[in-house]
Amino acid sequence: MTALLNIKALNAYYGQVQALHGLEFSLNEGSVTTLLGANGAGKTTTLRAICNMVRTTGAIEFAGAPLSSRPTENIVRLGIAHVPQGRGTFTTMTVEENLELGAITRSKAGIAADIERMYAYFPVLKQRHTQQAGTLSGGEQQMLAVARALMLRPRLMLLDEPSFGLAPLIVRDLFRILGKINREDKVTILVVEQNAQLALEIADHAYVIETGRIVMSGKAAEIADNEDIRKSYLGY
Amino acid sequence: MDLLLNQILAGISTGAIYACMALAVVMIYQAIDHLNFAQGEMAMFSTFISWQLMQWGLPYWVAFAITLVLSFIGGIVIERLLFKPLAKAPILTNVAGFIALFAILNSSAGLIWDFTIKEYPTPFGSSPFLGSQLISTHQAGMIGVTVLLLIALYVFFRYTRIGLAMRAAASVPESARLVGINTSWMIALGWGMAAAIGSIAGMLIAPVVFLEPNMMVSILLYGFAAAVLGGLTSPFGAVIGGFLVGIIENLAGTYIPGVGNELKLPIALALIITVLVIKPAGLFGRPVVKRV
Repeated sequence: MTALLNIKALNAYYGQVQALHGLEFSLNEGSVTTLLGANGAGKTTTLRAICNMVRTTGAIEFAGAPLSSRPTENIVRLGIAHVPQGRGTFTTMTVEENLELGAITRSKAGIAADIERMYAYFPVLKQRHTQQAGTLSGGEQQMLAVARALMLRPRLMLLDEPSFGLAPLIVRDLFRILGKINREDKVTILVVEQNAQLALEIADHAYVIETGRIVMSGKAAEIADNEDIRKSYLGY
Repeated sequence: MDLLLNQILAGISTGAIYACMALAVVMIYQAIDHLNFAQGEMAMFSTFISWQLMQWGLPYWVAFAITLVLSFIGGIVIERLLFKPLAKAPILTNVAGFIALFAILNSSAGLIWDFTIKEYPTPFGSSPFLGSQLISTHQAGMIGVTVLLLIALYVFFRYTRIGLAMRAAASVPESARLVGINTSWMIALGWGMAAAIGSIAGMLIAPVVFLEPNMMVSILLYGFAAAVLGGLTSPFGAVIGGFLVGIIENLAGTYIPGVGNELKLPIALALIITVLVIKPAGLFGRPVVKRV
């Protein structure tokens, strides 16, 4: 397997504060990788660094091309869809307009069919397609955010705490669909989670991050089975 | 009764111009969160360009169309040169930028075309509209062109992909970038459109207020009043606000003793203050709530 995303010696800064310290990891094409860690460990910053939304040094390569000097919107155009923390919903627009926006960089062909495909994944979105997105519940907005990201037909999807604020049943459902998307649409997924147990279930590979450094990495199943790691880093 | 109807119709026709100016102001406000104090001067400058084109012998509508295109380009150029570099600057720096733009356009117009008042043609004529004494053909034309413009804008923002992208960039810039929208160019496009809308307002009102470098100063004040009344966050509100301000101004001038023509302008200012005190978000605007 080849690495779709390759990160080397990545530092990230918020003003004077350094949030990432020499991060190194890579994602295999077609895999699901999870980045685990406590609050403030640098998980969100890592995702933001990939999309050039924070100041960074170091190298990020996507499918062999360096990303660091590109503006965010051009990185997205390469096929990297980012589902941000807080979902980034266009609250004043309808559900359908949100989905159309996800595909705004594509040519018009196939968009209508893709919207129908999203409605098949998330039937609740179809029921609400003319509704203002801001009126959706948290879980529905998260589904909308994932669907919006998929409308890009991404090669890589970055998910920032998709389980945040959602009821356990809804979270299960969402992760089941994420697994399906990975298998059927061949989308490589990098998911940041505090809910480690859940993330490890769908992931192939896991990295544990602490104060801006990778402290552990391995196959998801191995990390889930290792009681020491679970207790000291993942808290369950 | 005829007087009342006459004043309301006249109010609607000047209100159409205020609506255009308010719309232009709101478009830029939505994009960059600043009030463009130079919106009126941009419109005035455009109007002078159209006048110059007609002086060179072009027919009215050809000059109108060329001016529209030039204004659109001019708006984009102003954004790229002056306001893109100021995007992250503090409010006062931006205000200084707007005032500079105001002064530059005002003085340049005076320098090129001098300050004497010029007549400006109307393509609609000024005979009574449909034989009625209530409204002239030019006033009807002002309303007609504005309504066409509003419909075109509605269709653009509601049904085209670029319109959708512009709305997205204005409402949640970060998410817009994350779906691949170049928000910086959307802002420039907004400036271009605002400049073009302003130029229409200028060309339509010039036959009424006559052409001179200060022609748009009071018009823009009414435009601000309209935008504040309707809500700075609502293009629809700005348009309704424009028509309302036009009507209020005319009725107050006619029926409130002592107001007359001279005191019409303070009404706009009083309106701004009243709205800001009683309902700061305006009639149709959404109050801005920020998480801290």
